[in-house]
Amino acid sequence: MTPKRKKRLYIILALVFGTGIAVGLTMYALNQNINLFYSTSQVADGEAPVGTRIRVGGMVVKNSIKRSKDSLQVSFGITDYGKPITVSFTGILPDLFREEQGIIAQGKMDNQGIFQADEVLAKHDENYMPPEIAESMKKKAGTE
Amino acid sequence: MIPEIGEFSLILSFCFSILLAIIPMVGTIIKNELWMNYGQTMAKGQFFFILISFICLGYSFAIDDFSVTYVANHSNSLLPTQYKLSAIWGGHEGSLLLWVFILSGWTLAVSIFSKNLPLDMLARVLSVMGMIAIGFILFLLLTSSPFERYLPRFPADGADLNPLLQDFGLIVHPPMLYMGYVGFSVAFAFAIAALLSGRLDSAWARWSRPWTNVAWAFLAMGITLGSWWAYYELGWGGWWFWDPVENASLMPWLVGTALVHSLAATEKRGVFKSWTLLLAIFAFSLSLLGTFLVRSGVLTSVHAFASDPERGLFILILLAITIGGSLTLFAIKAPNVQSESRFSWLSRETFLLINNVFLTVMAMTVLLGTLYPLLLDSLGAGKISVGPPYFNAVFVPIMSLMAIGLGISISVRWRDTSLDRIIEALWKPALASILIGIAFPFIYGSGFDFSVFLGISISLWIILTISLEFIGKFKHAESIFTKLKQLPMSYYGMMLAHLGVAVVAIGITLVSVYSEERDIRMVAGDKVSLAGYEFEFKGTQQVQGANYTADRGQLIVRDGDNVITTLNPEKRHYSVKNNMMTEADIDQGFFRDLYVAMGEPLDDGAWAVRVHYKPFVRWLWYGGTLMALGGLVTVTDKRYRKKTSLSTKNEATHA
Repeated sequence: MTPKRKKRLYIILALVFGTGIAVGLTMYALNQNINLFYSTSQVADGEAPVGTRIRVGGMVVKNSIKRSKDSLQVSFGITDYGKPITVSFTGILPDLFREEQGIIAQGKMDNQGIFQADEVLAKHDENYMPPEIAESMKKKAGTE
Repeated sequence: MIPEIGEFSLILSFCFSILLAIIPMVGTIIKNELWMNYGQTMAKGQFFFILISFICLGYSFAIDDFSVTYVANHSNSLLPTQYKLSAIWGGHEGSLLLWVFILSGWTLAVSIFSKNLPLDMLARVLSVMGMIAIGFILFLLLTSSPFERYLPRFPADGADLNPLLQDFGLIVHPPMLYMGYVGFSVAFAFAIAALLSGRLDSAWARWSRPWTNVAWAFLAMGITLGSWWAYYELGWGGWWFWDPVENASLMPWLVGTALVHSLAATEKRGVFKSWTLLLAIFAFSLSLLGTFLVRSGVLTSVHAFASDPERGLFILILLAITIGGSLTLFAIKAPNVQSESRFSWLSRETFLLINNVFLTVMAMTVLLGTLYPLLLDSLGAGKISVGPPYFNAVFVPIMSLMAIGLGISISVRWRDTSLDRIIEALWKPALASILIGIAFPFIYGSGFDFSVFLGISISLWIILTISLEFIGKFKHAESIFTKLKQLPMSYYGMMLAHLGVAVVAIGITLVSVYSEERDIRMVAGDKVSLAGYEFEFKGTQQVQGANYTADRGQLIVRDGDNVITTLNPEKRHYSVKNNMMTEADIDQGFFRDLYVAMGEPLDDGAWAVRVHYKPFVRWLWYGGTLMALGGLVTVTDKRYRKKTSLSTKNEATHA
């Protein structure tokens, strides 16, 4: 091997090594930080893992919003018109949060089957439905 | 009648863009000067008719012509006039019209300010911009005309503009952002023209640079304004959410930043030519991708609009043509491109290359995080979302390394530098920034904090190295004043922009680590303390706005016994759409913001209230503004207005 080729080989090896590390680290970071989306029926059927951070989406069930008297704790039901689940959240709900509005909650299932949300998202546009919810409701309608 | 004129002149401008795309290009092939010159006239015509179209839409908004569907959906007779006008870009159709309007504006600017460009180059650039215009005007006309009528019976009043968008931020944020997005089309057109003509020398880079810098500066300003708007208007004090749409604007900015730097190397040293071309292509492609992501509704995002898939498909096709076509051209032509000079490992070229690698890796990781959910979904592997921790995990280390490289590269010369020289120049600022970085969290906070150490050290590192470099310029100067005048404007621009990086880094670090916030339930008379300030809730009262009613809260803020200010956050109810809106109130300061927002009303007159203490949050936007300013300052450099004397010399060596 000529010295020039040798140098080139080192450069290529360094590049492959560097890229490998970068890709590896990125995939690792990605895997640690993705949140799987579940529909409420899936959660109610026990398909969602307990204690792992997930996203759940659905429509807020009418007359289901209950507020605590002395704190900002609030609980409400959400449904994909299959099986509903109960969500518990402490904090300030977004402006577009209201009954029969599509929302997405992020958080974990607890042992009592209540979804402990640390974030509740409702969207800018009231005509807009997050694709996840639209699809999971469509699926629901299809199976019935 | 007016909307029809708007639609009609849009069609006329479409005709102009077809001529613009074809005639000058054919002119360059048959070497007909008259045909090549045609481009400038066509650019004027295209701009003129889109302007008319834009004015027509503005007029329809101003006179509340609710027979126009777009106006009826995005305006209301009660809406204040300034918001009626900014509602032009409050929805899909209108913001596309703005996109096209800005594109034609850039085209016009190129045709006016490029008198020192060789005619054939200008003809090619304008022609490529005409092609882009064809695609987008066609998109407007076929899928999203803002002039469509509600016929036969139109509503008596409009559905109102989304209250979140009834704000100063919406007036300025989209135009700035689009100026940046679309501005990269100029860099793209220059790249394509260079590939077509095979002319890729430092003169080419010099022509292309000011346009790229301006577009980059606008994009930086647009992102900064977006962050600022989200901070005070979305209501919850966040300044960056790693939302797909924010990422969509960040990606072209990152690649654009790489492009700005690699263009510098191409101009000064004639290196990285094909890489520069590739970056120009990618910067614009990512702008298009951004448009696609926002407009197609494929992503769950706060920016997503309800929209039909036909539109998404159209942009996807445009994207495919642009990327596919330009990369094919690149593959055919780029192997002919030769570097004009060599450089050693320790040279500014190497550091610019490292900067480029970091920036593109960053852009790729953001792209991956943004598109990964889409990818998995289309493979049927389940629905996921990628959260901010991912982005933070990749962003912080890459950006830290880059900031360190920034400081070093400042004192590294083109071509070659000796290691001793670098060490001699840099050991003092390195030591100082590490020591102050260690000391800072003890003085400002309550104990050592690695993030603060890292953030403060690298910010100081940048500030110290660029200051020392600047001072070093005066070592042999006869008088400070003449030296100040001698230094080129592009040098000042660079300094400002790099200072901006340090300021942003300080802001990000301190606001992330030392922010405090509390959500609590408050009734009149309740007090809460936060970061040494005491907030007393005095209750709420009803107020009447132009198109809303509001509960206006009153909070008195005290520091010890001194009353600092009274904050009046509002909970607004916009009656037309029956929307609730949080209007936060902020006591702004150079070193800290106090931020109060009201959540929902609870029983017995109690309110959910959120109070924030946000140290140094404004530095984010000061820094962003400095960067944008730096980008604009570079353009005033005399070098870019020099007549073709230099470029003819270059032409001779390249013939």
